[in-house]
Order: sequence, then C-alpha cells, then structure tokens
Amino acid sequence: MSSESGGERISVLRMGDVLIAAIQQELTDQAALALQQDLTEMAAAGARGVIIDISGVEIVDSFLARILSEIAAATSMLAGRTVVAGMRPSVAITLVEMGLSLRGLHTARSLEGAMTLLGNLRDQAGR
Amino acid sequence: MTAVDINDSAPVTVAEILEKRGEQVAQQWADLPLFRTVYTSGRDASVGAAHRLVEVLAEVARNDRLDDSSAPGFDRVRPHLGQMVAARSHAGASLAQITSEVSELKTPLMSIIDRELGDRGSNAAPMAAVELMGTLRVVVMEIALSEGAEVIDRQRQQLLELSTPVIKLWNRVVAVPLIGTLDSARTQVVMETLLQTIVDQDAAMAILDITGVPMVDTVVAQYLLKTAMAVRLMGSECVISGIRPQIAQTIVQLGIDLGDITTRATLADALAWALEKSGVTVVGEV
Repeated sequence: MSSESGGERISVLRMGDVLIAAIQQELTDQAALALQQDLTEMAAAGARGVIIDISGVEIVDSFLARILSEIAAATSMLAGRTVVAGMRPSVAITLVEMGLSLRGLHTARSLEGAMTLLGNLRDQAGR
Repeated sequence: MTAVDINDSAPVTVAEILEKRGEQVAQQWADLPLFRTVYTSGRDASVGAAHRLVEVLAEVARNDRLDDSSAPGFDRVRPHLGQMVAARSHAGASLAQITSEVSELKTPLMSIIDRELGDRGSNAAPMAAVELMGTLRVVVMEIALSEGAEVIDRQRQQLLELSTPVIKLWNRVVAVPLIGTLDSARTQVVMETLLQTIVDQDAAMAILDITGVPMVDTVVAQYLLKTAMAVRLMGSECVISGIRPQIAQTIVQLGIDLGDITTRATLADALAWALEKSGVTVVGEV
C-alpha cells in the first residue's frame, strides 16, 4: 500500500516564489493529505503564492474541499496566497450544492490565469 | 340457499372473489398489454402492480361503492395508474386505446368469477364486476385527462429551460438573460449551461441578468447566490444585473445578503463594468 500511495503523490513544482501543484488524476484522501503536508512545508520555506491546478479532478468530496480550504488558510498564514485553478463545472456545482463556497480562496480559469492573478495580488500587497 | 350450505365459505360477492382469487386475477392481468407493456423490468413488477389494483378493487367493492370513481380506495392506486397511463401515452397509445386495454381486464376477471360461482349462475356478482370495471375505466380516464394537463405543464417548463441561452457579449464576457420564474430545476440547467460556456469560451466574466425575473424572494436569491458562487469557484467573476428598484427594495427588506457579489442596475452597466475590469476602454461618446 505504501508504495502505491507513494506513486500517487502529487509533485509540487517551484517557479521562483510560486509553488505549483498540478493534480492530473483523481485525488485520493491519502494523496490529498500528503499534498497538504508538502505544500505547507514548502510554503513555510518561503513562497509568495501557491497554485493548485485541479483541472484533472472530476470528483471533489467534502474531505477534499476541506483540505483545499485548509491549505489555503495555512499558506495565507505563511505569507502566501492560494489559487485554485481550472475547476470543472461538475466540481463547482457539487461544492455549491454541498454549501462549500471556499471563501477566502482565490480561483482562476487556468494555470496561466492563476499566475497573472498572483502577480496582481503581489502588486496589490506590495503597494 | 340450502344447496350452498355445503361450502358456505365459497365466495359469492365480487369483493369475496377478488379477495380469495386475487392472486389468480393478478397473474392473468399481468400478462395483458396494459400491465405487460408498462412494467417491462420483469413479470414480478407487473404482477405486483396488478395485485395492488386487485386489492383496491376488492376494498371498493367491499365498501359497496362500485359506481363511485372517487371512492377513497382508488386514491392508493392513482399514482400507479398515473404512471401506467403516462407510460402508455408516451408509447403512443391514444386515450381510447388505453381505456379499451382497461376493458380487457374484464375478460379474465369474468371467467374467474364464472368458475367460482359454478352453477350459481343467477348471482349478482357478474353484474357488480361489470360495474366495478366500468368505474375503473372512469378512474383511468380521469387520470389520463389530468395527465394531459401535467404534460402541458412539463412542456411549458422545458420550453423555459430551453430558452435560457448563454450569450457572448464580448471577448471572454458572457451573459445569461434570465426570464420568468426561477425554480431549482431551471437554476440547475442555467448553472450547468453557464459553467460549460465559461469553460468553452474561457470567459473571465459572467453576467446574470434578472431583468426578466418577475420577483426575487429568498429562494430565488438563494439560487442566484449559488450560481454566482459556482461561477466564482470556476475562476470567473460574476455580476448580477437588471435589478429593478422594487426588487432591490424587496431584497433589502427580506434581509438577503448577496455577500461580495457585484450587482448593477442594468445589463449595460454590467457590461461597462466587465469591460473596465478586462482593461477595455470605450473611446468616444458613451
């Protein structure tokens, strides 16, 4: 089991001061927890923004939604901003129906949009 | 009556026959087109439905309300009959066809009654059975007529759903002109089409125009909020436009909190907002 969960681990890329986690397959609970761990550790080491690209995720349950908002809360505390990019319509509808609006979380259409958004956010913060 | 004394437990009225031979009747009815064509999932379902109907008919007969189509017993099978009628009319059967199929139920029932009665031919049971089946026919017809009204309602609904287009107003700006009363089904359709269009056109702004929505109560506001929230989750911005003064007052009076959703009075204002947000400047007279 451990080797399997190791294989599912989402890799986190660093681009300058931005961390990017691109989830391209369905996210298991274990992988989500590992991602949370990785992202918060890396954000603590110094990052201005975190982008989670969930364009590959078709199903989001309440657990994953909670993890996402927890990551957002934690990374904002570590002087970073979290942007969730590329959410699918079905996922958005599910979250809204569940009553989870992910308040405080920034969203973007795509990874590119998220990078732009982070740039803007940083400009605003710098001012 | 002395001849009957030997087997006085033998059923003599329709109610008794239906109770005693209910299973037999149901088995035979299940094979008739009325049941067979509706319950295609299996004979068991067909028999079950037929049995339910037999039980109700027995109850109606027992209460001596043979000619009363509003007898309380019928209420229990009304939904089932409704489904059957709907299924038959979807399959293209006319009202006349459906009622003649109901009449067909009479044949097996009569033969079972005949067999039960044996040589006691002068019994009133056959007459009562005919009357009962006639009443059933009336019930089915009533249901079929109300079913027709429901179909019209449903189609009107579908028409409304179809007439909710998502319009591209500008590059990466889309709008949904909502017209008519919003309910959960329509909201669902609007939400799905809007979100899909946002994906297809990579839209950054979505405008929900409620000029055509006659009234906004807490429920409708909830629907609007949900849609706006979903749009936001997708990474686009949502603005609600077309809020008339009365609606604005209602929203405030009801204490509805639209949260951080941008609102504008008219679609034009919303478009101006969207253009400004995307860095487009309008040159010349506006």
